[in-house]
Amino acid sequence: MTELKNELIHHSAADLAAKLAAREVTAVEVTQAHLDRIADVDGQVNAFLHVNTEEALAVAAEVDAARAAGGSAAEELHALAGVPIAVKDLIVTIGQPTTAGSKILEGWHSPYDATVVKKLRAARMPILGKTNLDEFAMGSSTEHSAYGPTRNPWDLDRIPGGSGGGSAAAVAAFEAPLALGTDTGGSIRQPGAVTGTVGVKPTYGAVSRYGAIAMASSLDQIGPVSRTVLDSALLQEVIGGHDPFDSTSLTDPFNDLVAAARVGNVAGMKIGIVKELHGEGYQAGVENRFNESLQLLKDAGAEIVEVSCPNLKYALGAYYLIMPSEVSSNLAKFDGVRFGMRVLPKDGPMTIERVMGATRAAGFGDEVKRRIILGTYALSAGYYDAYYGSAQKVRTLIQRDFDAAFAKADVLISPTAPTTAFKLGEKLDDPLAMYLNDVATIPANLAGIPGLSLPGGLADEDGLPVGIQLLAPARQDARLYRVGAVLESILEEKWGGPMLAQAPVLGSATTTAGGSN
Amino acid sequence: MAAINRDDVAHLARLAHIEMSADELDRMAVELAVIVDSVKSVSEAAGEDVPATSHPIPLTNVFREDVVGHTFTAEQALSGAPDAYENRFKVPAILDED
Repeated sequence: MTELKNELIHHSAADLAAKLAAREVTAVEVTQAHLDRIADVDGQVNAFLHVNTEEALAVAAEVDAARAAGGSAAEELHALAGVPIAVKDLIVTIGQPTTAGSKILEGWHSPYDATVVKKLRAARMPILGKTNLDEFAMGSSTEHSAYGPTRNPWDLDRIPGGSGGGSAAAVAAFEAPLALGTDTGGSIRQPGAVTGTVGVKPTYGAVSRYGAIAMASSLDQIGPVSRTVLDSALLQEVIGGHDPFDSTSLTDPFNDLVAAARVGNVAGMKIGIVKELHGEGYQAGVENRFNESLQLLKDAGAEIVEVSCPNLKYALGAYYLIMPSEVSSNLAKFDGVRFGMRVLPKDGPMTIERVMGATRAAGFGDEVKRRIILGTYALSAGYYDAYYGSAQKVRTLIQRDFDAAFAKADVLISPTAPTTAFKLGEKLDDPLAMYLNDVATIPANLAGIPGLSLPGGLADEDGLPVGIQLLAPARQDARLYRVGAVLESILEEKWGGPMLAQAPVLGSATTTAGGSN
Repeated sequence: MAAINRDDVAHLARLAHIEMSADELDRMAVELAVIVDSVKSVSEAAGEDVPATSHPIPLTNVFREDVVGHTFTAEQALSGAPDAYENRFKVPAILDED
């Protein structure tokens, strides 16, 4: 049994779905294998803030019962029914606490489910638990979590990226085959890059944001986290679609993603290298792996063209004006009245205003406070036009740059992050250095276009994962899956298996990392 | 654009309802000055003729029929509140009456 369980955790979601449908394994066995893995390694990784054992096993048992009953009960099961998933703790869930990685929401239970969570429940995917993140998704290392950092399964002294380091690390450590993340400036893709996993930020509006605790509403997007490109396509099809509860959600159908991941060729496709998104400022090992992927795509029949997006030099600056502005507004609701923590001032008059000040002082961490203050500044009278107004104009310039680039190329390609995973603590005291991690991922959020990160190999100098990012025009998410799946398959052929098979072994001696996928 | 100083941070912290210690104000003023300096080029990037983008995918406003949809019960709405009294949020004094 132990053998079987350990083997199960190494399968992709697509493989698990096939095994479940063929009744080779039960959903309870698959779910239990992942819960055992969490018990085994999460003390080292700290990917989970809450483990949802009872409910996950109950949902798995329902799936097994439906399958055993046969007939319509079995036929109506979703293809991913019984495949377990982890959910970033920014996304609200009935029956489990939601903390957003913040002390201010410690112990808080949402009275409603996020739309994406409702969709997971409708597909009967057992929810394994809630994953760690930088507080309110603000950070690139998961070190800003009030509940301690998550560690990178490739090297436990290094960061797993952020803000969705918990979701990426859970998938990389085989604690879950799938996870949900949120991406405001790279929080799905950058953790994917540094943990050797796949992460996708869909087109803005392709997946409902209802129930994702808002950080910056015009940039936030929920998306899939997985170990294979096909698995992310399968998951985006589960969670996507129009939602009347999110007025910014699109009515366009996004039902060609799985088919795109199975096309299997890139012949004749034009792939654009963005001049401004590699080279100077990028680690040598990252640049080498990037160039190698370009050559492999060229060998596979793609045409490589160079494009320029000159206004990307303003992207980081515009992002650090727009995002904090929206943060300062969105986080005003944490006032010690309606939900979460209330802290009373030590002395003086007990007015609501002073209670608010004391509550927010005690409940928010440094990075959240920095961004609220910065946003309050950018929106204040006399500065609004120069800061927020200018940043919104830059957004237009960046969209125009991408429009011009996509006139020459079907997809764009770049490294996902300028460096591999850095050491825990290395950039904690230097906010600006931390912000630079997202220099290649932020442009997609500003423009609303979709982006995918997939493993591109290990950097020569440190043996750590490098991510390759693909970008496509708005609503063309399918192109990412088509090109991503082809590149993944060529690279895995070169490596002789998935990249995670090269990751160090975690946990007790009976558990082996890597293996079949 | 003006640089940000300690007094500005103290004022902004009051506006944002975050109590800050003297140490925190000192530290935050230095950190924010660096960040503000790094983003100032944004104000010179675009000319007056460039329209602002507030939303990445253009959409027209969405309306629905004016009918009652899902609503929370008072109990659900108050379930996460730090303090409640007879189906209402209970708060300390709104006005300073000292």
